[in-house]
Amino acid sequence: MWALLTRDLRLAMRAGGGFGLGLAFFLLVAVLVPLGVGPEGGMLGRIAPGILWVGALLACLLSLDRIFALDFEDGSLDLLATSPMPLEAVVAVKAFAHWLVTGLPLTVAAPVLAVLLNLPVEGYGWLVLSLLLGTPALSVIGAFGAALVVGVKRGGLLLSLLVLPLYVPTLIFGAEAVKRGAAGQAVDVPLLLLAAITLGAGAMLPFAAAAAIRVNLR
Amino acid sequence: MLSVEGLAVARGGIAVLEGVTFRLAAGRALILRGPNGVGKTTLLRTIAGLQPALEGSVSVPAEAMAYAAHADGLKAALTVEENLRFWAAIHGTREVEQALAGMDLLALRDRRAANLSAGQKRRLGLARLLVTGRAVWLLDEPTVSLDAASVALFAGVVRGHLAGGGAVLAATHIDLGLAEAEVLDLSPFRAKAPAAGGRRGDFDEAFA
Amino acid sequence: MSIWEYANPKKFMQTSAGVLPFVWGLAAACLGVGLVWGFFLTPDDFRQGSTVKIIYLHVPAAMMAINAWVMMLVTSLIWLVRRHHVSALAAKAAAPVGLTFTVIALVTGAFWGQPMWGTWWAWDPRLTSFLILTLFYLGYIALWQAVENPDTAADLTAVLCLVGSVFALLSRYAVLFWNQGLHQGASLSLDKEENVADVFWFPLLVCIAGFVLLFVALVLMRTRTEIRARRMAALLARERLA
Repeated sequence: MWALLTRDLRLAMRAGGGFGLGLAFFLLVAVLVPLGVGPEGGMLGRIAPGILWVGALLACLLSLDRIFALDFEDGSLDLLATSPMPLEAVVAVKAFAHWLVTGLPLTVAAPVLAVLLNLPVEGYGWLVLSLLLGTPALSVIGAFGAALVVGVKRGGLLLSLLVLPLYVPTLIFGAEAVKRGAAGQAVDVPLLLLAAITLGAGAMLPFAAAAAIRVNLR
Repeated sequence: MLSVEGLAVARGGIAVLEGVTFRLAAGRALILRGPNGVGKTTLLRTIAGLQPALEGSVSVPAEAMAYAAHADGLKAALTVEENLRFWAAIHGTREVEQALAGMDLLALRDRRAANLSAGQKRRLGLARLLVTGRAVWLLDEPTVSLDAASVALFAGVVRGHLAGGGAVLAATHIDLGLAEAEVLDLSPFRAKAPAAGGRRGDFDEAFA
Repeated sequence: MSIWEYANPKKFMQTSAGVLPFVWGLAAACLGVGLVWGFFLTPDDFRQGSTVKIIYLHVPAAMMAINAWVMMLVTSLIWLVRRHHVSALAAKAAAPVGLTFTVIALVTGAFWGQPMWGTWWAWDPRLTSFLILTLFYLGYIALWQAVENPDTAADLTAVLCLVGSVFALLSRYAVLFWNQGLHQGASLSLDKEENVADVFWFPLLVCIAGFVLLFVALVLMRTRTEIRARRMAALLARERLA
């Protein structure tokens, strides 16, 4: 398992692209939205939680199709499926690697971008905490979607169509937590629900994703 | 070691082979032959457990098979040694050095897989078999893009594997230089159309 | 005689051919009676005027939008567990029908909402949930179309349907949490009839029965088409092989 994790991380570093692209996209969203809606600080502060969460979600989506597609094309997935490592563990490890190279950097970068969007000071801590709790769910759900379309050529668009509806609860609870935090209200309920989604998705979806991969390999 | 009994396999939902039966003992090699499209790859993938059989059974000790497909599963961004170490770690073995030496890759160990020639990549892909530590090798056209010297090298590796109590099942058109290997021609096992006595039952009756 | 006998495509084709005309007839009769009764023979609501009569399309369509997904969930499970092809094809056949009912519910809702709330669309929990349901239908249909091998497509869409059901349910509660909304409560439930007066209630029941029958007829017809298409594909593939 450790071997697979270090391999995926090493590949992400060496191939360049994947690591920085998501962050750059996240930055672009934070720059483009004020240009679109106008510079008025109060309004930006109000919509900042939603923009940041939607931005993180789309940035995460960018690199999803690489989770399994590359391994499928070069035959690694066949070989992993016949290896002693259970496919469920392969999915879990690869989703975790995806989170380390996208979700975690996004979480770290989010407070900087929150400055651009004039997020109220009270919201910063909750922003980081909600992303920390919620982005792993984005990676696991995304890995499930990627497993479904791994056999489809040019499945990127299809992947978005499948995955984005599944992101709805995570987005709602995540953005809601930041919104309430920024307004000085209690945030424990949305944060707990967010954590529940991450834990539930992490526990169940690797099985569904592994089943989908087995079907796609036949 | 590997025993296949009345196996029927399908490609794209259509039966291509049926009634395939053979046994492979430890220390033996079996070469599968047959024209293109007869179902050699499909048969190997079915035996490897990557796709379900239509009927029949494959019996083999648990986790004894190593499958080598057309694609080698190499990562272009990793070096030869890193590629091999990864598969060794996945299979929980440590024989990377012997594998490098066996397929004559010691001089290339720090080169990235992206910079290997097709034949060198293939040798690396075959070296992966050595680090799996598994007894039954399923090989799909293992010598594609290998030169004569490399084919001989690989034949030597296969002999060593057989001598160590392993077994090899290979689909190939090229003479591997294994005079002792048995040959199984798959042409007689071609699946018959349902009207001509197929036996897939109700489903075919309605859908074909 | 077990219900699984109808999982045999041949048996299914024979039986459905016999049943289908009656289902169509009953659906037409129920819809005709229900809609005429509802539109022309019931009084106007004292507050909502004649606008209320859109309920005879809106409520049955909304019910069937959800029931179609439930039916897909059940048939997907049957396919995964028992590998009956007819079951998988029925799920495939039901999806566009369910999507259409969802769109009908949204559109009639907009026509009802405009005079009542003064807006075509509001981000109300119910409306939002139906919009999300539309997205789930679209994804499901797109996956069926994208995967070439029919058995692979059946397996993948079945897994998606299972996981999607869980997330659709989660979304429903997330949306409730997100906004409390202005939609009126459920228009009918079996134990609390007081929501809707009897004069509206009986024609509504007839309309609901009509929509259920219409759904059954459409799904049966589409499943038959899918079976025929599948059979043709198999014949062509065999011909190429020979």
